[in-house]
Amino acid sequence: MTECPECAGTLQRKDMVEGEIFTCPECGTELEVTSLDPFEAAKAPKEEEDWGE
Amino acid sequence: MNSLTLGLFYTVIRPEEKWILQAAEARGLAVERLHDGEMTFPLVKNGFKADIVLNRSVSHSRSLYALRFFEHYGVPTVNAYDTVALAGDKVLTSMALQAAGIPTPRVVVALTPEAALKALEEIGYPAVLKPPVGSWGRLLAKVDDREEAEQIIEHKDALASPQHSIFYVQEYVQKPERDLRAFVVGDEVVAAMYRHSEDWRTNAARGATTEPASPNGRMGELALKAAKAVGGGVLAVDLMESPDGLVVHEVNPTPEFRALTGATGVDVAGKILDYVAEAARR
Repeated sequence: MTECPECAGTLQRKDMVEGEIFTCPECGTELEVTSLDPFEAAKAPKEEEDWGE
Repeated sequence: MNSLTLGLFYTVIRPEEKWILQAAEARGLAVERLHDGEMTFPLVKNGFKADIVLNRSVSHSRSLYALRFFEHYGVPTVNAYDTVALAGDKVLTSMALQAAGIPTPRVVVALTPEAALKALEEIGYPAVLKPPVGSWGRLLAKVDDREEAEQIIEHKDALASPQHSIFYVQEYVQKPERDLRAFVVGDEVVAAMYRHSEDWRTNAARGATTEPASPNGRMGELALKAAKAVGGGVLAVDLMESPDGLVVHEVNPTPEFRALTGATGVDVAGKILDYVAEAARR
């Protein structure tokens, strides 16, 4: 368990991998798993101009 | 036989990359994660073991340099540098499609704001103005008349990036409220779907709803031809139903496929991994 860097809401690790993108269930901020053990998350990288599917 | 190491070159782990990691594990492939924000590239290869690299970076410029380096190191990549260079740039893609005789919307390119107005007049209103690179339907503009054209061009000109001073002008195709996406892996259209949207941009990333489509027939044939026209590999081909028949308007070299997997139930990640493993053994 860790805290959302945006809203300090509680984040559960669930079945995640490092680098995974997920949404904070409390504030909806897009987050990235930066470490599994200990579980840590940071705001996901911001979309850049040349990004795209 | 499965002593292969797959290099996954990525920016973030989205559902697609997670499925790719799972598909690799299911096939007994070792995975070396290559993060595009952390990796460095000396002129002589050192420090990584991958036998083949699957590019999942979402950045076009990072992809281009990295793929060129992997090739320089003698490591094959999916997709190849040439394919990504072509398909990642709408200007180059349109030229490749036209040269291959594939029906595609009319396009006029202009290199300055002044010429952009002329390009829009040549195409006729309404027209669509797109940045040559980038997607998810961002920074696209439907231009209905000259007044709007002048405003949009002025705004684009104010954005400092060189990408915004290249103007890709495409005819606005009168299509039903849907378009088609066909996912090509090697010589096969592995899945296809319709994307419905009341917005003229039918990107799944913009909330379009999806339903499965047949990967065969004229659509499948055009998708395979379009994929081949940009060099082949793992590519998502976007088509529209114009009044004159199907046209191919885009080919995506690093496609997302979560909506497609959801709509069709096809294990797209598995198909990609089988193709990559096969390519590594060639």
